[in-house]
Amino acid sequence: MMLIIRSVMVLALFIAMVGTATAENNPAATQQLKSGVFDPPRMAPDFSLPSSLDKPFTLSNARGKVLVLGFGFSHCPNVCPMTLANLAQTYKNLGALADQVQVVYMTVDPERDTPARLREYLANFNSHFIGVTGSADELAAVRQSYGIIAKKEVHKNGGTYEVHHSSYIYLIDRDGLLRALVPFGKSADDITHDITILLHEKTQQAGL
Amino acid sequence: MKVGVARSLSIVFCVVILAALLLAFFPLRIDSREEVFEIPQGTWAQRMSGNSVSILPDQIYLALGVRDLLVLRNLDDVPQMFGPTLIMPGQSFKLPFELASEYDFACTAHASGQMRVVVDPEPTPGWPRLLWRVKNLFR
Repeated sequence: MMLIIRSVMVLALFIAMVGTATAENNPAATQQLKSGVFDPPRMAPDFSLPSSLDKPFTLSNARGKVLVLGFGFSHCPNVCPMTLANLAQTYKNLGALADQVQVVYMTVDPERDTPARLREYLANFNSHFIGVTGSADELAAVRQSYGIIAKKEVHKNGGTYEVHHSSYIYLIDRDGLLRALVPFGKSADDITHDITILLHEKTQQAGL
Repeated sequence: MKVGVARSLSIVFCVVILAALLLAFFPLRIDSREEVFEIPQGTWAQRMSGNSVSILPDQIYLALGVRDLLVLRNLDDVPQMFGPTLIMPGQSFKLPFELASEYDFACTAHASGQMRVVVDPEPTPGWPRLLWRVKNLFR
């Protein structure tokens, strides 16, 4: 009996030593971005639509900057304010590099989000953010090209409505490639981390 | 007789302890941290012909440090909404997780319209690894 118990104890000690001391074959992912990445990346679908700048915003004209593209609406009760507050903090984190980054927020609610309304709303977070709107069909076409879902839901008690929409944002690099998808809830530090990588990529290429 | 029963119980007890220790401390074999899901070629054609094709489970289980990189790959000939996003033919989408939690994504590939990713804490040697392995037995 004692022999069995002793044997088990010795074996247990051996297992514990192996379990804690063995370097596990753990090839850490070499992926640098904290967001979801597309491999290979494709060109970000282009669009040219009315904006809070009081002139059309054309995505391809913004090449050279890292773009942060989000979809939402100014009456959004919780998701958009959180996302935009995170992006405002990201701008602060970036410091001088923020000049090379542009946040573009496309509405999913063209009925209420006029260029003036978007300008006023986005200024609550950062006056450099650009709001984009357009006709329902134009916006739907852009959403489809980016795989964004938006569904209007009318409240039963009074005719007001809200729009349920995809809550993530895209990162587009300086060459116009759709590089990453940032899930809702990522911290400003993580977004800053990823944008900084994209900004430095171009710097490295330019230096070659 | 009593000695025989006691001996049998002792052996059972020792085996249980040994099994628990094995589950708690035996090293994990990690060849890749990727959990890959693929849309096979011809999926769109099958859907168009009325066949329902299920690729993604309703819940995906990951664990930090072991399997914490979700990879969605489109091998079909047309763009597909797969998981949370649109993936072009031949393109992959890799989403890393760094926090243990439950994540809900909108997903048109599911009847519920939602996909849940459950990310467990890193199963470090000892109690966490034992718990994780036992949980996986029932998933």
